[in-house]
Amino acid sequence: MIDSIIPLIYLAAAVSFILALMWLSAVATARRGVILGVAGMALAVGGTLLKPEIESYRWIAIAFVAGTAIGIPMAMMPMTAVPQRTALSHAFGALAAALVGTAEFYLRTPNLDRFTMGALSLEVLLGFLTFTASMMAFGKLQEILPTRPITYRGQNVINLSLLGLAAGAGAYLTARPEATWLFPVFGALALVFGVLLIIPIGGADMPTVISLLNSYAGLAAAAMGFVLNNKLLIIAGALDGSSGFILSVIMCRAMNRSFTNVLFGAFGQVQPDALSEKEQRAVRSATPEEAAGILQAAGLVIVVPGYGMAVAQAQHKVRELYDVLTKAGIEVKFAIHPVAGRMPGHMNVLLAEADIPYDKLMEMEDVNSEFPQADVALVIGANDVTNPAARHDRGSPIYGMPILDVDRARTVMVVKRSMSPGFAGIDNELYYMDRTLMVFGDAKGVVGNIVKELSGGR
Amino acid sequence: MSMELELGLYVFVLATFLGFQVIRRVSPLLHTPLMSLTNAISAIAVVGSILVAGEQKTTLSTVLGTLAVTCSMINIVGGYLITYRMLRMFKKSGKGRS
Repeated sequence: MIDSIIPLIYLAAAVSFILALMWLSAVATARRGVILGVAGMALAVGGTLLKPEIESYRWIAIAFVAGTAIGIPMAMMPMTAVPQRTALSHAFGALAAALVGTAEFYLRTPNLDRFTMGALSLEVLLGFLTFTASMMAFGKLQEILPTRPITYRGQNVINLSLLGLAAGAGAYLTARPEATWLFPVFGALALVFGVLLIIPIGGADMPTVISLLNSYAGLAAAAMGFVLNNKLLIIAGALDGSSGFILSVIMCRAMNRSFTNVLFGAFGQVQPDALSEKEQRAVRSATPEEAAGILQAAGLVIVVPGYGMAVAQAQHKVRELYDVLTKAGIEVKFAIHPVAGRMPGHMNVLLAEADIPYDKLMEMEDVNSEFPQADVALVIGANDVTNPAARHDRGSPIYGMPILDVDRARTVMVVKRSMSPGFAGIDNELYYMDRTLMVFGDAKGVVGNIVKELSGGR
Repeated sequence: MSMELELGLYVFVLATFLGFQVIRRVSPLLHTPLMSLTNAISAIAVVGSILVAGEQKTTLSTVLGTLAVTCSMINIVGGYLITYRMLRMFKKSGKGRS
């Protein structure tokens, strides 16, 4: 009886997940989507708990309590820490898949048919490599590990041969599931490959890499679905897999780069010779007081936030600035580059957290036509995504990357700590233009001072 | 090819296509909540984890299963909660600002 109901419960869960993602497409319905997602997960968990195969609930209950106790604080992290948190949750998801795969292997070997063993190898390979890769990404985002890419001679050869070895071990196990001695080696190869994969990847490439890891974690769950012959797992895993894949393609396009280039290109190394050869060019700098004066006279101000704003935690000061300017009748918009920050949509969440209405947040394609009408483009902590060299300098590493046309505004104001180059390690010619004013200092302090000046001046 | 495998592959391919269609429509504004929601959904691995932990066939499988249930539960609770928290922050102009 129960056995014939459970598949229906799983089907209802699958439908809930699909609808949840459909409703996420617009802000108005998105919260409803999350609630439906929760309902789907409750159905899936409830249905599984009804299965007669379960002998004891003791360990399941303990794990539920432990997982909830860790999950709640992870959901309460500040919005600036969302990229790290996401990397960490990819690690947990992938580890769960890898552990289940390992347990299934030892339970069933050598009675595994080729197909099941093939799916199991894939599950374990993706699970373990995504686990260590996500932990490395977490370390880099949390700045426990150096964020600059680390490269050494023969890196790509070593990485690719390691992946080849792991795939070979997986293939051998698929043919001979009784070779239990090979399984720990296989798992270890996947774990090491995950670490090596992230070592050469720099901070600016994190949006792509996080999306890719999101996709891998989903595919590992889908592979588990093939091992357990469970369609719900296949559907949910495929949805996650395609979502992560689409996001990483969007990120790659927004940087005009290919997957191979992101994974093996070690973008963002400082090019010392290129930097030292440049003669010192003059820049115009301004004080926050002068900046406030210019802003006061403007009609349309477009703010361009970047990772620097997140680092300085300046989003609440930016909101105060938005309030003062709006009250003075000045129109304020925000221009969001797809790869601004450390994960897709990072800036939107930060600004929403600071209570900036989301209809003021504009995507690159929509906002670029407005820069020529803008009196001031205020760049806060963004760098490479505003570099006009991407449009015309064929020699530049970011040539061809779509950028925000900040240089077309009447006045460009750049809030920046110093003249040091961005993550791509290249000089930004925007800073040397006649209409550009550099306001040096910590983003939070500078924006705070501008706000003080503006509200005191009236 | 077994019937099960064939069916599984059909489901996988169709779900992937559906995923592409659905995800493409999500506004870039919501890409971060999208990722945390799909992350919570892929914690569906909890289904396999519960079975391995509950069947109690060997000590090894019970230990691995319990760890896997813990990991999945972290993502279920953490993932849905943070997605909801984020979405509550998105407000339109002139609405509910303090």
